[in-house]
Amino acid sequence: MQFIKEIKKNWELILLALPAIILLILFKYLPMAGIIIAFEDYQYSKGLFLSPWSGLKNFEFLFATNIAWNIIKLTLGYNIVFILLGVILPVALAIAFNELKGTKTSKVFQTISIMPHFLSWVIMSYVGLSLFNNNGFLNTILNLFGADSIDWYSKANYWPWILILTHVWKTIGFNSIIYLASICGIPVEFYEAAKLDGASRWQQIRYIMLPHLKLMMIITTIMALGRIFNSDFGLFYQMPMNQGQLYPVTQTIDVYVFNALRSMRNINMSAAASVFQSVVGFITILIANGIIRKIDSESALF
Amino acid sequence: MSKGNSIRNKNKINRIKFHDILLFVVLLGLTITFIIPVALIYVISLSSNESIRNLGYTLFPSEWSLDGYRYLMGTSEQLINSAFISVFITVAGTILSVIVMGMVAYVIYRKDFKYRVQLSFFIFFTMLFSGGMVPSYIINTRLLHLNDTILILFLPFLCRAWHVIILRTYYTQNIPDSLIEAAKIDGARELELYFKIVFPISLPGIATIALYSVVLLWNEWFTGLLYINNSKLLPLQVLLNSIQSDLDVLSQNPEFATSPDGIEMAMNLPADSARMALAVVIMTPVLFAYPFFQRYFIKGLTIGSVKG
Repeated sequence: MQFIKEIKKNWELILLALPAIILLILFKYLPMAGIIIAFEDYQYSKGLFLSPWSGLKNFEFLFATNIAWNIIKLTLGYNIVFILLGVILPVALAIAFNELKGTKTSKVFQTISIMPHFLSWVIMSYVGLSLFNNNGFLNTILNLFGADSIDWYSKANYWPWILILTHVWKTIGFNSIIYLASICGIPVEFYEAAKLDGASRWQQIRYIMLPHLKLMMIITTIMALGRIFNSDFGLFYQMPMNQGQLYPVTQTIDVYVFNALRSMRNINMSAAASVFQSVVGFITILIANGIIRKIDSESALF
Repeated sequence: MSKGNSIRNKNKINRIKFHDILLFVVLLGLTITFIIPVALIYVISLSSNESIRNLGYTLFPSEWSLDGYRYLMGTSEQLINSAFISVFITVAGTILSVIVMGMVAYVIYRKDFKYRVQLSFFIFFTMLFSGGMVPSYIINTRLLHLNDTILILFLPFLCRAWHVIILRTYYTQNIPDSLIEAAKIDGARELELYFKIVFPISLPGIATIALYSVVLLWNEWFTGLLYINNSKLLPLQVLLNSIQSDLDVLSQNPEFATSPDGIEMAMNLPADSARMALAVVIMTPVLFAYPFFQRYFIKGLTIGSVKG
């Protein structure tokens, strides 16, 4: 009764919030309930609630195969590299932009540096094609110097480098923005005081800028670690244009779930992998947030 | 004394100049690596098939040609259809998401809202935990029957927790409580308050979220790939993707490739220049527009990093 009264009192604000609430229920919370599919032997005819219960069988099947360990290894491996590069390189770029004399040039360079952020992964796959294909730009240049073409595009051993390079290319500009904004916020007095003490520019960067950015770098790293079981599906599915022979180096958890889902033969394994990712990802984010809260409670997500 | 100083100063100036030049050259080189791959796509789209056959992909084709674009014009029906879909979901999705998220962000900004904490958590929790790809797929197709509809292409994106938080932070920083109180004293009702007073003031924040929405929706390809079979509902990104997957089907299935169906498919597939031309059509609007709105994107990032 009391609850109904409260709703009546606040009905206008609740009305404002209602569309969002409904959308979140439909597209976020219902799928959370849909997690039970990983614990069932799902059959289309019977649907979500009538398919027979199979407990942890799907997970057993999944982890009995080599596939599970491969996809987890790949996902974690790439993410560790991405996290390391993703915190060092954008900071370096931000510092470089800041050092550049002439704000107009700096602005132009910065604008161009974020351009890759605005390309969709489908477009990116064509960028990859035009660079690395057999008749691609890199081979054209090699041929120009008399060297043979290299089959970058369909040989698995080149792709870890291609994927890492692509990821850095696409994210370095946009990710440096926040560090550059932070650097610009450092009061000039710090530099002046350091100069009076005889500090060189390198020393100024090392002892003023970096400590100022340290907190942000740590937070970013820990949040990224929280998402260590998730991969950028576009990067790993679209860039290789889904070439099957590359799966040993491109099939992360997300790509595996998608492929298994589409082939429909493996919906139980696919569901198990998907739910595994969600649940483990949830735990890692909680841990990550807990750590951040100990370091600097204001930066924690909650 | 002064002579010594001035010589030292001259050396200092020279040293600084060298550093600056080096930095400039390095950043220039980096900038060029951002430009070249994109320029390459434009150039390939304007290369003749001859040139591509003989020289491969290059920034300096032997022969320029508009054949790629002519091919696109030939498939104009599908192209216009897909363009319409992309534009529709981008515009409708952006307008709707800005309204939906603007409203709910306002509700959780209001400190006097009784269920503020619960609602915030409700929204925020979706950032921590998600059902995942498979449960979402089953719900969207079996329960909500959104398979192969235009709704699935933008509805799931209308409420995004991260952007709601950015908006709430924006409201907190830019809309003083006193304004709300004063309006209430003047007798304004809640709905009136939001749409007539708060919304107009918060337009810069709304604009930022709108721009994020536009980029997100225009570049979205996953939902179309997963849920859409009807070619009339393919957005541009998915169209581009489907051309590639048709090529894959042909190259990976030699029996199919030599069958009558396969041969017909092969004949209808666009040449490299045409595919690149389609890529050009898709990426140019965003590429030309984003520099003008750069400060909004940056603002969104800096607001987002401040916990409101």
